[in-house]
Amino acid sequence: MITLNRWRTPSIIPGFGLTAGYTVFYLSLIVLIPLSVLLLKALNLNLDQWVALITDKRVLAALRLSFVGALVAGFLDTVLGLLVAWVLVRYSFPGRKIADALVDLPFALPTAVAGIALTALYAKNGWIGQFFEPLGIKIAYTPIGVVIAMTFIGLPFVVRTVEPILQDLDRDVEEAAASLGASRLQTFAHVLLPSLGPALMAGFSLATARAVGEYGSVIFIAGNMPGISEIAPLLIITKLEQYDYNGAAAIAVIMLAISFTLLLAVNIISRKSRSGAP
Amino acid sequence: MSVSNATREPRWVQITLTLLALLVLALFLVLPLATVIIQALSKGVDRSIATLENQDTLSAIRLTLTVALISVPLNLIFGLSASWAITKFTFPGKSLLVSLIEIPFSVSPVISGLIFVLLFGLRGLFGPWLIDHDMKIIFALPGLVLATVFVTFPFVARELIPLMEEQGRDEEEAALVLGAGGFRAFWSITLPNVRWGLLYGVLLCNARAMGEFGAVSVVSGHVRGLTNTLPLHVEILYNDYDFVGAFTAASILALLALVTLILKTALEWWHRDELASSRH
Repeated sequence: MITLNRWRTPSIIPGFGLTAGYTVFYLSLIVLIPLSVLLLKALNLNLDQWVALITDKRVLAALRLSFVGALVAGFLDTVLGLLVAWVLVRYSFPGRKIADALVDLPFALPTAVAGIALTALYAKNGWIGQFFEPLGIKIAYTPIGVVIAMTFIGLPFVVRTVEPILQDLDRDVEEAAASLGASRLQTFAHVLLPSLGPALMAGFSLATARAVGEYGSVIFIAGNMPGISEIAPLLIITKLEQYDYNGAAAIAVIMLAISFTLLLAVNIISRKSRSGAP
Repeated sequence: MSVSNATREPRWVQITLTLLALLVLALFLVLPLATVIIQALSKGVDRSIATLENQDTLSAIRLTLTVALISVPLNLIFGLSASWAITKFTFPGKSLLVSLIEIPFSVSPVISGLIFVLLFGLRGLFGPWLIDHDMKIIFALPGLVLATVFVTFPFVARELIPLMEEQGRDEEEAALVLGAGGFRAFWSITLPNVRWGLLYGVLLCNARAMGEFGAVSVVSGHVRGLTNTLPLHVEILYNDYDFVGAFTAASILALLALVTLILKTALEWWHRDELASSRH
Protein backbone atom coordinates (compact mmCIF):
# COMPACT_ATOMS: atom_id res chain seq x y z
CA MET A 1 0.00 0.00 0.00
CA ILE A 2 2.70 2.44 1.03
CA THR A 3 4.73 1.75 -2.11
CA LEU A 4 1.63 2.08 -4.30
CA ASN A 5 0.79 5.44 -2.71
CA ARG A 6 4.21 6.80 -3.55
CA TRP A 7 3.37 6.20 -7.23
CA ARG A 8 0.75 8.94 -7.39
CA THR A 9 0.61 12.70 -7.00
CA PRO A 10 -0.38 13.49 -3.36
CA SER A 11 -4.09 14.09 -2.73
CA ILE A 12 -6.40 14.10 0.26
CA ILE A 13 -8.74 11.57 -1.36
CA PRO A 14 -8.17 8.14 0.19
CA GLY A 15 -8.42 4.69 -1.33
CA PHE A 16 -5.73 4.78 -4.02
CA GLY A 17 -3.91 1.70 -2.77
CA LEU A 18 -7.11 -0.32 -2.49
CA THR A 19 -8.73 0.66 -5.80
CA ALA A 20 -5.58 0.84 -7.96
CA GLY A 21 -4.33 -2.41 -6.44
CA TYR A 22 -7.62 -4.20 -7.05
CA THR A 23 -7.92 -2.77 -10.59
CA VAL A 24 -4.48 -3.99 -11.61
CA PHE A 25 -5.01 -7.35 -9.88
CA TYR A 26 -8.38 -8.03 -11.53
CA LEU A 27 -7.17 -6.76 -14.92
CA SER A 28 -4.17 -9.10 -14.77
CA LEU A 29 -6.22 -12.06 -13.62
CA ILE A 30 -8.98 -11.79 -16.23
CA VAL A 31 -7.28 -10.14 -19.21
CA LEU A 32 -3.49 -9.83 -19.16
CA ILE A 33 -2.41 -13.25 -17.86
CA PRO A 34 -4.86 -15.27 -20.02
CA LEU A 35 -3.84 -13.29 -23.12
CA SER A 36 -0.13 -13.83 -22.46
CA VAL A 37 -0.73 -17.57 -22.18
CA LEU A 38 -2.09 -17.35 -25.71
CA LEU A 39 1.24 -15.92 -26.90
CA LEU A 40 3.19 -18.54 -24.95
CA LYS A 41 1.18 -21.37 -26.50
CA ALA A 42 1.69 -19.99 -29.99
CA LEU A 43 5.44 -19.83 -29.32
CA ASN A 44 5.36 -23.60 -28.65
CA LEU A 45 5.17 -24.13 -32.39
CA ASN A 46 8.59 -24.47 -34.04
CA LEU A 47 9.48 -22.79 -37.32
CA ASP A 48 8.50 -25.76 -39.49
CA GLN A 49 5.11 -25.99 -37.81
CA TRP A 50 4.54 -22.28 -38.33
CA VAL A 51 5.44 -22.56 -42.03
CA ALA A 52 3.15 -25.58 -42.37
CA LEU A 53 0.35 -23.69 -40.67
CA ILE A 54 0.54 -20.49 -42.69
CA THR A 55 0.89 -22.32 -45.99
CA ASP A 56 -2.02 -24.64 -45.22
CA LYS A 57 -4.69 -23.99 -47.86
CA ARG A 58 -7.57 -24.29 -45.40
CA VAL A 59 -6.01 -21.86 -42.92
CA LEU A 60 -5.19 -19.36 -45.66
CA ALA A 61 -8.68 -19.54 -47.12
CA ALA A 62 -10.29 -19.01 -43.71
CA LEU A 63 -8.05 -16.03 -42.90
CA ARG A 64 -8.67 -14.56 -46.35
CA LEU A 65 -12.45 -14.89 -45.98
CA SER A 66 -12.42 -13.35 -42.50
CA PHE A 67 -10.28 -10.37 -43.49
CA VAL A 68 -11.45 -9.67 -47.04
CA GLY A 69 -15.06 -10.25 -45.96
CA ALA A 70 -14.60 -7.86 -43.03
CA LEU A 71 -13.03 -5.18 -45.28
CA VAL A 72 -15.89 -5.42 -47.78
CA ALA A 73 -18.42 -5.31 -44.93
CA GLY A 74 -16.60 -2.35 -43.36
CA PHE A 75 -16.76 -0.53 -46.70
CA LEU A 76 -20.48 -1.25 -47.13
CA ASP A 77 -21.06 -0.12 -43.54
CA THR A 78 -19.25 3.15 -44.26
CA VAL A 79 -21.47 3.94 -47.25
CA LEU A 80 -24.74 2.79 -45.65
CA GLY A 81 -23.80 4.23 -42.25
CA LEU A 82 -23.07 7.67 -43.76
CA LEU A 83 -26.46 7.62 -45.51
CA VAL A 84 -28.30 6.63 -42.32
CA ALA A 85 -26.41 9.13 -40.14
CA TRP A 86 -27.00 11.93 -42.68
CA VAL A 87 -30.73 11.30 -42.86
CA LEU A 88 -31.06 10.95 -39.07
CA VAL A 89 -29.17 14.18 -38.36
CA ARG A 90 -30.25 16.44 -41.23
CA TYR A 91 -33.85 15.51 -42.05
CA SER A 92 -36.92 15.31 -39.87
CA PHE A 93 -39.59 12.73 -40.57
CA PRO A 94 -42.12 10.86 -38.45
CA GLY A 95 -40.48 8.05 -36.49
CA ARG A 96 -37.00 9.56 -36.66
CA LYS A 97 -36.29 9.01 -32.97
CA ILE A 98 -37.39 5.39 -33.14
CA ALA A 99 -35.24 4.84 -36.22
CA ASP A 100 -32.32 6.37 -34.35
CA ALA A 101 -32.82 4.08 -31.35
CA LEU A 102 -33.11 1.04 -33.64
CA VAL A 103 -29.61 1.63 -35.03
CA ASP A 104 -28.15 0.05 -31.88
CA LEU A 105 -30.08 -3.18 -32.38
CA PRO A 106 -27.04 -5.16 -33.63
CA PHE A 107 -25.26 -4.21 -30.37
CA ALA A 108 -28.17 -5.40 -28.25
CA LEU A 109 -29.36 -8.45 -30.19
CA PRO A 110 -27.50 -11.63 -29.17
CA THR A 111 -25.37 -12.74 -32.11
CA ALA A 112 -26.90 -16.24 -32.31
CA VAL A 113 -30.34 -14.68 -32.74
CA ALA A 114 -29.08 -12.41 -35.51
CA GLY A 115 -27.40 -15.45 -37.07
CA ILE A 116 -30.47 -17.64 -37.39
CA ALA A 117 -32.69 -14.68 -38.36
CA LEU A 118 -30.38 -13.62 -41.20
CA THR A 119 -30.10 -17.23 -42.37
CA ALA A 120 -33.89 -17.58 -42.47
CA LEU A 121 -34.17 -14.32 -44.44
CA TYR A 122 -31.50 -15.04 -47.02
CA ALA A 123 -32.04 -18.79 -47.52
CA LYS A 124 -33.30 -19.64 -51.00
CA ASN A 125 -36.91 -19.80 -49.78
CA GLY A 126 -36.50 -16.90 -47.32
CA TRP A 127 -38.21 -13.51 -47.55
CA ILE A 128 -35.21 -11.92 -49.26
CA GLY A 129 -33.43 -14.97 -50.64
CA GLN A 130 -36.38 -15.95 -52.85
CA PHE A 131 -35.87 -12.84 -54.99
CA PHE A 132 -32.25 -13.70 -55.67
CA GLU A 133 -32.77 -17.43 -56.29
CA PRO A 134 -34.30 -16.95 -59.81
CA LEU A 135 -31.32 -14.74 -60.71
CA GLY A 136 -29.02 -17.62 -59.84
CA ILE A 137 -27.60 -15.77 -56.85
CA LYS A 138 -27.19 -17.80 -53.68
CA ILE A 139 -26.67 -15.73 -50.53
CA ALA A 140 -27.01 -18.05 -47.53
CA TYR A 141 -24.24 -20.64 -47.22
CA THR A 142 -21.87 -18.64 -49.47
CA PRO A 143 -19.28 -15.90 -48.84
CA ILE A 144 -21.97 -13.34 -49.78
CA GLY A 145 -23.93 -14.46 -46.72
CA VAL A 146 -20.81 -14.05 -44.58
CA VAL A 147 -20.42 -10.45 -45.80
CA ILE A 148 -24.12 -9.70 -45.12
CA ALA A 149 -23.87 -10.92 -41.52
CA MET A 150 -20.64 -8.95 -41.03
CA THR A 151 -22.29 -5.81 -42.47
CA PHE A 152 -25.24 -6.21 -40.10
CA ILE A 153 -22.99 -6.39 -37.06
CA GLY A 154 -20.85 -3.38 -38.06
CA LEU A 155 -23.46 -0.84 -39.16
CA PRO A 156 -23.98 0.89 -35.75
CA PHE A 157 -20.25 1.60 -35.41
CA VAL A 158 -20.24 3.91 -38.45
CA VAL A 159 -23.57 5.59 -37.68
CA ARG A 160 -22.58 6.28 -34.08
CA THR A 161 -19.15 7.70 -34.93
CA VAL A 162 -20.42 9.91 -37.79
CA GLU A 163 -23.60 11.24 -36.12
CA PRO A 164 -21.97 13.49 -33.45
CA ILE A 165 -19.48 14.95 -35.97
CA LEU A 166 -22.28 15.70 -38.42
CA GLN A 167 -24.26 17.40 -35.65
CA ASP A 168 -21.34 19.65 -34.72
CA LEU A 169 -20.48 20.67 -38.29
CA ASP A 170 -20.75 24.38 -38.82
CA ARG A 171 -23.36 25.31 -41.42
CA ASP A 172 -21.43 28.51 -42.14
CA VAL A 173 -18.86 26.63 -44.18
CA GLU A 174 -21.56 25.11 -46.34
CA GLU A 175 -23.15 28.53 -46.82
CA ALA A 176 -19.80 30.00 -47.78
CA ALA A 177 -19.24 27.26 -50.35
CA ALA A 178 -22.72 27.80 -51.77
CA SER A 179 -22.35 31.57 -51.96
CA LEU A 180 -19.07 31.11 -53.79
CA GLY A 181 -21.01 29.21 -56.42
CA ALA A 182 -20.48 25.58 -55.47
CA SER A 183 -23.29 23.19 -56.27
CA ARG A 184 -24.73 21.11 -53.43
CA LEU A 185 -22.89 18.05 -54.72
CA GLN A 186 -19.61 19.98 -54.93
CA THR A 187 -20.09 21.24 -51.37
CA PHE A 188 -20.71 17.68 -50.22
CA ALA A 189 -17.68 16.25 -52.01
CA HIS A 190 -15.20 19.05 -51.27
CA VAL A 191 -16.39 20.48 -47.95
CA LEU A 192 -18.47 17.95 -46.05
CA LEU A 193 -16.79 14.68 -46.96
CA PRO A 194 -13.26 15.83 -45.99
CA SER A 195 -14.44 16.98 -42.55
CA LEU A 196 -16.26 13.70 -42.03
CA GLY A 197 -13.20 11.73 -43.22
CA PRO A 198 -11.66 10.92 -39.82
CA ALA A 199 -15.00 9.86 -38.34
CA LEU A 200 -15.74 7.67 -41.37
CA MET A 201 -12.27 6.15 -41.06
CA ALA A 202 -12.79 5.45 -37.37
CA GLY A 203 -16.20 3.91 -38.01
CA PHE A 204 -14.80 1.81 -40.85
CA SER A 205 -11.99 0.48 -38.69
CA LEU A 206 -14.25 -0.33 -35.74
CA ALA A 207 -16.77 -2.09 -37.98
CA THR A 208 -14.02 -4.04 -39.77
CA ALA A 209 -12.30 -5.04 -36.53
CA ARG A 210 -15.58 -6.30 -35.11
CA ALA A 211 -16.39 -8.23 -38.31
CA VAL A 212 -13.00 -9.99 -38.41
CA GLY A 213 -13.60 -11.70 -35.09
CA GLU A 214 -17.36 -12.09 -35.42
CA TYR A 215 -18.63 -15.61 -34.83
CA GLY A 216 -22.25 -15.97 -33.70
CA SER A 217 -24.03 -14.05 -36.42
CA VAL A 218 -21.79 -15.48 -39.17
CA ILE A 219 -21.59 -19.24 -38.60
CA PHE A 220 -25.27 -19.96 -39.25
CA ILE A 221 -25.42 -18.17 -42.59
CA ALA A 222 -21.91 -19.18 -43.68
CA GLY A 223 -22.52 -22.86 -44.31
CA ASN A 224 -18.93 -23.43 -43.10
CA MET A 225 -17.53 -25.25 -46.13
CA PRO A 226 -13.76 -25.67 -45.58
CA GLY A 227 -11.85 -23.49 -48.02
CA ILE A 228 -14.96 -21.67 -49.25
CA SER A 229 -17.17 -20.29 -46.50
CA GLU A 230 -15.26 -21.23 -43.36
CA ILE A 231 -14.22 -18.25 -41.20
CA ALA A 232 -11.03 -18.10 -39.12
CA PRO A 233 -12.76 -18.14 -35.69
CA LEU A 234 -14.48 -21.40 -36.64
CA LEU A 235 -11.14 -22.90 -37.61
CA ILE A 236 -9.89 -22.10 -34.09
CA ILE A 237 -12.78 -24.10 -32.66
CA THR A 238 -12.08 -26.99 -35.03
CA LYS A 239 -8.44 -27.07 -33.90
CA LEU A 240 -9.53 -27.00 -30.25
CA GLU A 241 -11.85 -29.93 -30.79
CA GLN A 242 -8.88 -31.88 -32.14
CA TYR A 243 -6.93 -30.89 -29.00
CA ASP A 244 -4.49 -28.97 -31.21
CA TYR A 245 -4.13 -26.18 -28.61
CA ASN A 246 -0.94 -24.80 -30.17
CA GLY A 247 -2.47 -24.60 -33.63
CA ALA A 248 -5.58 -22.87 -32.27
CA ALA A 249 -3.41 -20.39 -30.37
CA ALA A 250 -1.30 -19.73 -33.47
CA ILE A 251 -4.31 -18.87 -35.64
CA ALA A 252 -5.63 -16.65 -32.83
CA VAL A 253 -2.29 -14.82 -32.64
CA ILE A 254 -2.24 -14.29 -36.42
CA MET A 255 -5.78 -12.89 -36.28
CA LEU A 256 -4.94 -10.56 -33.40
CA ALA A 257 -1.74 -9.41 -35.09
CA ILE A 258 -3.48 -8.60 -38.39
CA SER A 259 -6.39 -6.77 -36.72
CA PHE A 260 -4.15 -4.70 -34.44
CA THR A 261 -2.02 -3.76 -37.48
CA LEU A 262 -5.19 -2.80 -39.33
CA LEU A 263 -6.43 -0.63 -36.47
CA LEU A 264 -3.00 0.99 -36.15
CA ALA A 265 -2.77 1.70 -39.89
CA VAL A 266 -6.21 3.28 -39.98
CA ASN A 267 -5.34 5.33 -36.90
CA ILE A 268 -2.23 6.68 -38.59
CA ILE A 269 -4.06 7.45 -41.84
CA SER A 270 -6.87 9.25 -40.07
CA ARG A 271 -4.44 11.25 -37.93
CA LYS A 272 -2.59 12.31 -41.09
CA SER A 273 -5.79 13.28 -42.87
CA ARG A 274 -6.90 15.23 -39.80
CA SER A 275 -3.70 17.23 -39.62
CA GLY A 276 -3.95 17.92 -43.38
CA ALA A 277 -7.58 19.02 -43.13
CA PRO A 278 -8.32 22.71 -43.66
CA MET B 1 -31.34 30.59 -55.00
CA SER B 2 -31.07 32.05 -51.53
CA VAL B 3 -28.18 31.09 -49.26
CA SER B 4 -30.31 29.22 -46.75
CA ASN B 5 -31.73 27.05 -49.50
CA ALA B 6 -28.25 26.50 -50.83
CA THR B 7 -27.32 24.43 -47.77
CA ARG B 8 -30.29 22.15 -48.26
CA GLU B 9 -30.81 19.50 -50.87
CA PRO B 10 -33.78 19.72 -53.24
CA ARG B 11 -36.95 18.21 -51.80
CA TRP B 12 -36.85 15.13 -54.05
CA VAL B 13 -33.28 14.37 -52.99
CA GLN B 14 -34.26 14.61 -49.32
CA ILE B 15 -37.18 12.24 -49.81
CA THR B 16 -35.13 9.75 -51.84
CA LEU B 17 -32.31 9.70 -49.28
CA THR B 18 -34.74 9.31 -46.38
CA LEU B 19 -36.52 6.43 -48.08
CA LEU B 20 -33.19 4.77 -48.90
CA ALA B 21 -32.01 5.08 -45.30
CA LEU B 22 -35.30 3.71 -43.99
CA LEU B 23 -35.02 0.84 -46.47
CA VAL B 24 -31.54 0.03 -45.13
CA LEU B 25 -32.84 0.08 -41.55
CA ALA B 26 -35.88 -2.01 -42.45
CA LEU B 27 -33.87 -4.62 -44.37
CA PHE B 28 -31.05 -4.86 -41.85
CA LEU B 29 -32.74 -4.26 -38.51
CA VAL B 30 -36.52 -4.59 -38.56
CA LEU B 31 -36.78 -7.60 -40.86
CA PRO B 32 -34.44 -9.89 -38.83
CA LEU B 33 -36.32 -8.99 -35.65
CA ALA B 34 -39.70 -9.63 -37.27
CA THR B 35 -38.46 -12.95 -38.69
CA VAL B 36 -37.58 -14.22 -35.23
CA ILE B 37 -41.06 -13.58 -33.84
CA ILE B 38 -42.93 -14.80 -36.92
CA GLN B 39 -40.90 -18.01 -37.22
CA ALA B 40 -41.42 -18.67 -33.51
CA LEU B 41 -45.17 -18.49 -33.93
CA SER B 42 -45.30 -20.12 -37.39
CA LYS B 43 -46.66 -23.46 -36.14
CA GLY B 44 -49.05 -21.95 -33.61
CA VAL B 45 -48.66 -20.61 -30.12
CA ASP B 46 -48.97 -24.09 -28.55
CA ARG B 47 -45.77 -25.34 -30.17
CA SER B 48 -43.91 -22.25 -28.95
CA ILE B 49 -45.21 -22.67 -25.43
CA ALA B 50 -44.15 -26.32 -25.47
CA THR B 51 -40.58 -25.16 -26.11
CA LEU B 52 -40.76 -22.72 -23.25
CA GLU B 53 -41.96 -25.46 -20.90
CA ASN B 54 -39.27 -27.88 -22.01
CA GLN B 55 -36.89 -28.79 -19.16
CA ASP B 56 -33.77 -28.10 -21.26
CA THR B 57 -35.03 -24.63 -22.16
CA LEU B 58 -35.85 -23.85 -18.55
CA SER B 59 -32.45 -24.95 -17.32
CA ALA B 60 -30.81 -22.93 -20.12
CA ILE B 61 -32.68 -19.84 -18.95
CA ARG B 62 -31.67 -20.57 -15.36
CA LEU B 63 -28.02 -20.99 -16.32
CA THR B 64 -28.02 -17.76 -18.36
CA LEU B 65 -29.45 -15.86 -15.40
CA THR B 66 -26.94 -17.44 -13.01
CA VAL B 67 -23.98 -16.55 -15.22
CA ALA B 68 -25.17 -12.94 -15.60
CA LEU B 69 -25.91 -12.67 -11.88
CA ILE B 70 -22.30 -13.57 -11.07
CA SER B 71 -20.51 -11.80 -13.94
CA VAL B 72 -22.27 -8.44 -13.92
CA PRO B 73 -21.65 -7.67 -10.20
CA LEU B 74 -17.99 -8.69 -10.61
CA ASN B 75 -17.53 -6.20 -13.45
CA LEU B 76 -19.58 -3.61 -11.58
CA ILE B 77 -17.22 -3.73 -8.60
CA PHE B 78 -14.27 -3.62 -10.95
CA GLY B 79 -15.75 -0.68 -12.87
CA LEU B 80 -16.25 1.35 -9.69
CA SER B 81 -12.80 0.50 -8.40
CA ALA B 82 -11.07 1.28 -11.71
CA SER B 83 -12.87 4.56 -12.26
CA TRP B 84 -12.15 5.71 -8.68
CA ALA B 85 -8.45 4.95 -9.05
CA ILE B 86 -8.22 6.47 -12.53
CA THR B 87 -10.27 9.63 -12.10
CA LYS B 88 -9.65 10.64 -8.48
CA PHE B 89 -5.86 10.40 -8.65
CA THR B 90 -3.03 11.48 -10.89
CA PHE B 91 -0.36 8.88 -11.55
CA PRO B 92 1.96 7.84 -14.39
CA GLY B 93 0.69 5.04 -16.61
CA LYS B 94 -2.94 6.13 -16.33
CA SER B 95 -3.70 6.25 -20.05
CA LEU B 96 -2.01 2.87 -20.51
CA LEU B 97 -4.30 1.44 -17.84
CA VAL B 98 -7.35 2.87 -19.63
CA SER B 99 -6.27 1.30 -22.95
CA LEU B 100 -5.60 -2.06 -21.28
CA ILE B 101 -9.12 -2.09 -19.85
CA GLU B 102 -10.52 -1.72 -23.39
CA ILE B 103 -8.60 -4.72 -24.80
CA PRO B 104 -11.43 -7.29 -24.48
CA PHE B 105 -13.53 -5.26 -26.95
CA SER B 106 -11.02 -5.83 -29.73
CA VAL B 107 -10.56 -9.56 -29.13
CA SER B 108 -12.72 -12.03 -31.08
CA PRO B 109 -15.27 -13.81 -28.85
CA VAL B 110 -13.83 -17.16 -29.89
CA ILE B 111 -10.35 -16.08 -28.80
CA SER B 112 -11.86 -14.86 -25.50
CA GLY B 113 -13.07 -18.40 -24.86
CA LEU B 114 -9.91 -19.98 -26.22
CA ILE B 115 -7.60 -18.31 -23.69
CA PHE B 116 -9.44 -19.95 -20.80
CA VAL B 117 -9.33 -23.36 -22.49
CA LEU B 118 -5.56 -22.89 -22.88
CA LEU B 119 -5.37 -22.23 -19.15
CA PHE B 120 -7.85 -24.68 -17.68
CA GLY B 121 -8.76 -27.12 -20.49
CA LEU B 122 -7.97 -30.85 -20.40
CA ARG B 123 -4.56 -30.21 -21.99
CA GLY B 124 -4.26 -26.65 -20.75
CA LEU B 125 -1.64 -25.17 -18.44
CA PHE B 126 -3.51 -26.08 -15.24
CA GLY B 127 -5.53 -28.93 -16.79
CA PRO B 128 -3.64 -31.85 -15.17
CA TRP B 129 -3.60 -30.07 -11.79
CA LEU B 130 -7.37 -29.52 -11.93
CA ILE B 131 -7.97 -33.18 -12.77
CA ASP B 132 -5.78 -34.28 -9.83
CA HIS B 133 -7.85 -32.13 -7.51
CA ASP B 134 -11.12 -33.19 -9.07
CA MET B 135 -12.06 -29.69 -10.15
CA LYS B 136 -13.69 -28.56 -13.34
CA ILE B 137 -13.57 -25.08 -14.85
CA ILE B 138 -13.94 -25.65 -18.58
CA PHE B 139 -17.24 -27.33 -19.59
CA ALA B 140 -18.67 -26.12 -16.26
CA LEU B 141 -20.10 -22.99 -14.65
CA PRO B 142 -16.75 -21.36 -13.68
CA GLY B 143 -15.61 -21.43 -17.32
CA LEU B 144 -18.85 -19.87 -18.52
CA VAL B 145 -18.49 -17.13 -15.91
CA LEU B 146 -14.81 -16.48 -16.77
CA ALA B 147 -15.54 -16.17 -20.51
CA THR B 148 -18.52 -13.90 -19.83
CA VAL B 149 -16.57 -11.71 -17.41
CA PHE B 150 -13.85 -11.32 -20.07
CA VAL B 151 -16.15 -10.22 -22.92
CA THR B 152 -18.14 -7.83 -20.70
CA PHE B 153 -15.06 -6.58 -18.83
CA PRO B 154 -14.94 -2.93 -20.07
CA PHE B 155 -18.66 -2.02 -20.12
CA VAL B 156 -19.09 -0.43 -16.66
CA ALA B 157 -15.58 1.02 -16.44
CA ARG B 158 -15.69 2.72 -19.84
CA GLU B 159 -19.00 4.39 -19.03
CA LEU B 160 -17.87 5.57 -15.60
CA ILE B 161 -14.34 6.77 -16.39
CA PRO B 162 -15.26 9.64 -18.77
CA LEU B 163 -18.21 10.58 -16.57
CA MET B 164 -16.22 10.78 -13.33
CA GLU B 165 -13.38 12.51 -15.19
CA GLU B 166 -15.82 15.22 -16.23
CA GLN B 167 -17.21 15.63 -12.70
CA GLY B 168 -13.78 16.17 -11.17
CA ARG B 169 -12.72 15.75 -7.57
CA ASP B 170 -13.91 18.99 -5.92
CA GLU B 171 -17.05 17.59 -4.31
CA GLU B 172 -15.26 14.61 -2.77
CA GLU B 173 -12.43 16.84 -1.58
CA ALA B 174 -14.92 19.23 0.04
CA ALA B 175 -16.62 16.34 1.85
CA LEU B 176 -13.28 15.05 3.12
CA VAL B 177 -12.24 18.48 4.35
CA LEU B 178 -15.56 18.72 6.18
CA GLY B 179 -14.73 15.51 7.97
CA ALA B 180 -16.38 12.74 5.99
CA GLY B 181 -14.50 9.47 5.65
CA GLY B 182 -13.43 8.15 2.25
CA PHE B 183 -16.18 5.56 2.11
CA ARG B 184 -18.79 8.12 3.18
CA ALA B 185 -17.64 10.49 0.42
CA PHE B 186 -17.91 7.68 -2.13
CA TRP B 187 -21.31 6.54 -0.90
CA SER B 188 -23.04 9.90 -0.51
CA ILE B 189 -21.34 11.94 -3.23
CA THR B 190 -19.69 9.91 -5.97
CA LEU B 191 -22.31 7.17 -6.26
CA PRO B 192 -25.37 9.48 -6.50
CA ASN B 193 -23.46 11.59 -9.06
CA VAL B 194 -22.84 8.66 -11.39
CA ARG B 195 -25.98 6.60 -10.75
CA TRP B 196 -27.48 6.95 -14.24
CA GLY B 197 -24.17 6.29 -15.93
CA LEU B 198 -23.69 3.28 -13.69
CA LEU B 199 -27.14 1.96 -14.61
CA TYR B 200 -26.37 2.53 -18.29
CA GLY B 201 -23.12 0.57 -18.04
CA VAL B 202 -24.76 -2.26 -16.09
CA LEU B 203 -27.58 -2.43 -18.63
CA LEU B 204 -25.22 -2.88 -21.58
CA CYS B 205 -23.02 -5.25 -19.57
CA ASN B 206 -26.01 -7.40 -18.70
CA ALA B 207 -27.35 -7.52 -22.26
CA ARG B 208 -23.99 -8.76 -23.51
CA ALA B 209 -23.59 -11.20 -20.60
CA MET B 210 -26.95 -12.83 -21.30
CA GLY B 211 -26.54 -12.83 -25.06
CA GLU B 212 -22.89 -13.85 -25.42
CA PHE B 213 -22.44 -16.76 -27.80
CA GLY B 214 -18.93 -17.24 -29.24
CA ALA B 215 -16.85 -17.08 -26.07
CA VAL B 216 -19.31 -19.16 -24.08
CA SER B 217 -19.62 -21.69 -26.91
CA VAL B 218 -15.89 -22.47 -26.68
CA VAL B 219 -15.90 -23.19 -22.94
CA SER B 220 -19.35 -24.75 -22.58
CA GLY B 221 -19.10 -28.31 -23.86
CA HIS B 222 -22.78 -28.02 -24.85
CA VAL B 223 -24.24 -30.46 -22.32
CA ARG B 224 -28.02 -30.06 -22.45
CA GLY B 225 -29.56 -29.15 -19.14
CA LEU B 226 -26.13 -28.60 -17.61
CA THR B 227 -23.79 -26.22 -19.43
CA ASN B 228 -26.13 -24.86 -22.09
CA THR B 229 -26.92 -21.18 -21.85
CA LEU B 230 -29.92 -19.81 -23.72
CA PRO B 231 -27.96 -18.57 -26.78
CA LEU B 232 -26.26 -21.99 -27.02
CA HIS B 233 -29.65 -23.66 -26.66
CA VAL B 234 -30.82 -21.68 -29.71
CA GLU B 235 -27.97 -23.20 -31.71
CA ILE B 236 -28.66 -26.76 -30.54
CA LEU B 237 -32.37 -26.55 -31.38
CA TYR B 238 -31.54 -24.99 -34.74
CA ASN B 239 -29.06 -27.73 -35.60
CA ASP B 240 -31.70 -30.30 -34.60
CA TYR B 241 -33.97 -28.74 -37.26
CA ASP B 242 -36.39 -27.74 -34.47
CA PHE B 243 -36.86 -24.31 -36.03
CA VAL B 244 -39.94 -23.36 -34.02
CA GLY B 245 -38.04 -24.21 -30.83
CA ALA B 246 -34.91 -22.32 -31.94
CA PHE B 247 -36.85 -19.20 -32.89
CA THR B 248 -38.94 -19.37 -29.72
CA ALA B 249 -35.81 -19.48 -27.57
CA ALA B 250 -34.40 -16.73 -29.79
CA SER B 251 -37.44 -14.53 -29.28
CA ILE B 252 -36.85 -14.53 -25.51
CA LEU B 253 -33.39 -13.15 -26.26
CA ALA B 254 -34.80 -10.73 -28.84
CA LEU B 255 -37.23 -9.49 -26.22
CA LEU B 256 -34.31 -8.96 -23.84
CA ALA B 257 -32.59 -6.94 -26.58
CA LEU B 258 -35.69 -4.81 -27.15
CA VAL B 259 -36.14 -4.11 -23.44
CA THR B 260 -32.46 -3.18 -23.20
CA LEU B 261 -32.80 -0.88 -26.20
CA ILE B 262 -35.89 0.82 -24.76
CA LEU B 263 -34.32 1.35 -21.32
CA LYS B 264 -31.10 2.58 -22.92
CA THR B 265 -32.98 5.07 -25.11
CA ALA B 266 -35.05 6.23 -22.12
CA LEU B 267 -31.85 6.84 -20.13
CA GLU B 268 -30.37 8.76 -23.07
CA TRP B 269 -33.47 10.95 -23.42
CA TRP B 270 -33.99 11.82 -19.78
CA HIS B 271 -30.49 11.73 -18.33
CA ARG B 272 -28.31 12.67 -21.30
CA ASP B 273 -26.38 15.17 -19.16
CA GLU B 274 -25.62 12.59 -16.53
CA LEU B 275 -24.19 10.06 -18.96
CA ALA B 276 -20.68 10.04 -20.39
CA SER B 277 -20.61 12.51 -23.25
CA SER B 278 -18.33 10.57 -25.56
CA ARG B 279 -19.37 7.20 -26.81
CA HIS B 280 -20.00 5.32 -30.00
